[in-house]
Amino acid sequence: MRILKLIFKNALRHKLRSTLTVMGIAIAVIAFGLLRTVVTSWYGGVEAAAVDRLVTRQSVSFIFPLPLSYKNKIASIPGVSDVAFENWFGGVYKDKNQFFARMASSDNIFDVYPEYLLPKDQLNTYMKERNSSIIGAAIARNYNLKVGDVMTLDGDIYPGKWDFVIRGIYTPKLQSTDDNAMFFHWDYLNERMLKESPRRANNVGWYVSKISNSAQSAQISEEIDAQFKNSPDETKSETERAFNQGFISSSSAIITSMNVMSFMIIGIIMLVLGNTMIMASRERTREYAVLKTLGFSGKHIVGLILGESMFISCLGSFVGLMFVFPMVASFEKFIPKGMFPQFHIEPITMILAISAALFIGIAASAFPIQRVLNTKIVEGFRFVG
Amino acid sequence: MSAIIQVQNVSKSYWRDSMEIPVLHNITLDLNEGEFLALMGPSGSGKTTLLNLIAGIDRPTKGVLNVAGTNIASLGESALAKWRASNVGFIFQFYNLIPVLTAFENVELPLLLTKLSKAERKKHVESALNIVGLGDRIHHYPKQLSGGQEQRVAIARAIVTDPVILVADEPTGDLDRTSATEILTLMGRLNKEFKKTILMVTHDPHAAESAHSIRHLEKGDLI
Repeated sequence: MRILKLIFKNALRHKLRSTLTVMGIAIAVIAFGLLRTVVTSWYGGVEAAAVDRLVTRQSVSFIFPLPLSYKNKIASIPGVSDVAFENWFGGVYKDKNQFFARMASSDNIFDVYPEYLLPKDQLNTYMKERNSSIIGAAIARNYNLKVGDVMTLDGDIYPGKWDFVIRGIYTPKLQSTDDNAMFFHWDYLNERMLKESPRRANNVGWYVSKISNSAQSAQISEEIDAQFKNSPDETKSETERAFNQGFISSSSAIITSMNVMSFMIIGIIMLVLGNTMIMASRERTREYAVLKTLGFSGKHIVGLILGESMFISCLGSFVGLMFVFPMVASFEKFIPKGMFPQFHIEPITMILAISAALFIGIAASAFPIQRVLNTKIVEGFRFVG
Repeated sequence: MSAIIQVQNVSKSYWRDSMEIPVLHNITLDLNEGEFLALMGPSGSGKTTLLNLIAGIDRPTKGVLNVAGTNIASLGESALAKWRASNVGFIFQFYNLIPVLTAFENVELPLLLTKLSKAERKKHVESALNIVGLGDRIHHYPKQLSGGQEQRVAIARAIVTDPVILVADEPTGDLDRTSATEILTLMGRLNKEFKKTILMVTHDPHAAESAHSIRHLEKGDLI
């Protein structure tokens, strides 16, 4: 108990230095938590992707459409249990800076995506009306929308004013499920295209196939693509995860650098705490010599220095973790709505931060411990700091 | 009376790069139990080095060191630390108290290495502080005490484990005359009343007068 008290008192001996070190660690933990949250949120769509869904798109790019006629051909391939399709609608709702996915979808979209939980009565009403739409709970929350409200979108890919009546609000089954998307009938879009721009009618953005055995995803993907080989619209099929990964690959350099930076921060904290511990142990060289003289062994000295280092690093991390949640919440307000389907601190980020704190506490004390243990008692008494 | 400290042909050299710097040459010294010896000599004569060797905080280059029945030159670091904890009490010139601990906590430090209970430790600490006349200063921090009081706390820390030998390196070197006299009187009491064997290094003739005998060191030789 007395040893713990000595560790505590040593840690607070230079209050300003200890406070600055604790603050430095806390700020670094906040920065680490924030960067990791951005990185994990960026990959949120990839992580949430199902293993039993394949995405088939135009082989050159997903911005080029595929014929509607492909649906039945894909559905006929063994192993494919259901096929849905979507078109990226784009458009603007209220403000250009506010983003959420708007999709013209086939009517079986909620069968293919069972993680979107929609009350049956809402689904039935949605099916009965042509200009009805389903929105995610996050959109309803962000824009204060409810069932029965009308959403008017300014079309850009598909020009014009588009009115949709909200007939359902889906909720996510899992924490990683995106509840920031809007779905409406593909037929509604297609009908208008037939009238206004017939060449763009009967086209599909991409197909989503549900497969009965995820282990066969590679084989089924090959079979789908083989089906359309040498056609004007060759396809590229891949798992939903690979598709989502490709979606964010253009930003991969930024994400990677953020990822690297988040871990560099750990190195910086280590240097800050290491510097504090080196200064502290240098100043106490004579005291450690006294303790050794009194019979304290190397183990005791290790315990004192390691304990002090761990105390400061854990205190800093604790303060950082206390503030990282409100900081992340505040940061979320400054990013466009819907930019990230989910923006919250993942448990892995917490685990990494706590593990980093423990590692830093140990690593920062290594050099001072080695120095003190290697200093002979008589040298310690002669030391002038 | 048996010799509690036996120093036989002990030499000590330090090395600076490849150059050997001899400090002590073939020192032979016996100190009986209950004796109070003052080691005198000019700066650099090797007094503190000899004291450090006898106290087990440094090792001889050659020779035999039998202290309190143990050949301490043959002990490993860990065993030597344990031996010091139970056999030697240290009094330093600059007191060397831990500034963030109270007088009570400083004196209690060596007892943390024993198996004594908290209550037993308290009893021992209070007893030691009462012997040095600081029973009313137990919760004071070193910076709240005078130099003489700090040295008395250091003496209490040195005797709290009831060691066989007390070693003191210039115990009055940092004190005014009055405080120095008080400390020397206290050390005399410890020797007479508590039968402590004391080895004191000093260059102050007044301090040396408190001892039973005085030995001089000159350039590493005991004369």
